[in-house]
Amino acid sequence: MLERLLIVSAVLFCIGLYGVLSRRHVIAILMSLEIMFNAVNVALVAFSRYAAPAALRFPGAADGAERFALAGQTLALFVIVVAAAEVALGLAIVIAIARRRGGVNISDLNLLRR
Amino acid sequence: MAFDNLFSEIVFWLLAAGSVGSAALVVHLRSIFRAALMLVVSFLAVAGLFTMANAEFLAVVQVLVYGGGIAVLVIFAVMMTRDVDQGNQSTAVQPVALALGATLLAALVYSVAQAEWALLPDSLPAPLAAVFVETPTRLGRLLLSDYVLAFEAAGVLLLAAVIGALSLVREREEREGEDA
Repeated sequence: MLERLLIVSAVLFCIGLYGVLSRRHVIAILMSLEIMFNAVNVALVAFSRYAAPAALRFPGAADGAERFALAGQTLALFVIVVAAAEVALGLAIVIAIARRRGGVNISDLNLLRR
Repeated sequence: MAFDNLFSEIVFWLLAAGSVGSAALVVHLRSIFRAALMLVVSFLAVAGLFTMANAEFLAVVQVLVYGGGIAVLVIFAVMMTRDVDQGNQSTAVQPVALALGATLLAALVYSVAQAEWALLPDSLPAPLAAVFVETPTRLGRLLLSDYVLAFEAAGVLLLAAVIGALSLVREREEREGEDA
């Protein structure tokens, strides 16, 4: 089960990477970025459930079991928080650009180069 | 028990195909609006994958934050921009991006297949089984004990993001008057 989830995660991550690099519309790039965040979360949750932390392999070390067992899920929770903040700011920037310059085509956004 | 396994196999493959397929459509569809709808499908399928890995609380958070909030934000932003129908075209670096993605995928799949994992047993030992039954309680305790600093920092980050987003999209009528 761990390997399967990790492969799903890898496929999602690579689709997202391809989208980020190849799309022209800024919102499409942001959506691909969200796919990449999701892929990372799938991997974190899979590790959290199926991979044994070293500390758990010794008998009698189960006292702090929940600390180690849920570390992956906790990190995934923070990834979701950061992704939400990122998408709110990113879309605000997109709307501000669309207002000022009309379009949000990534090839036209070369203001700093001129 | 065999039926149970078969059922969860079918559900897993449906969810995996759903998340991967709709993610592929997100980067492939021409219309940004349809791509945004496919993105929601992908989010919901990923939430299903979370429940299959005993992360029910994260699945609920995923549906609320991604399937609800982020989906609404993205569709709202799509409505504010032009070129929605034909806007999702590729840039000149598309072949490079495809090659890079395929290479990374091959490397990741190879390393996943090669690695020797220290796996937990399928039927969890007693203290761990309890952890995965009452996940929300344990997560809450962890967030307010071990990870309390990160928890507070996340709150500050969200506040900063909200204020930043508001100040970015605020109408500046007096400034626009000066420009004209």
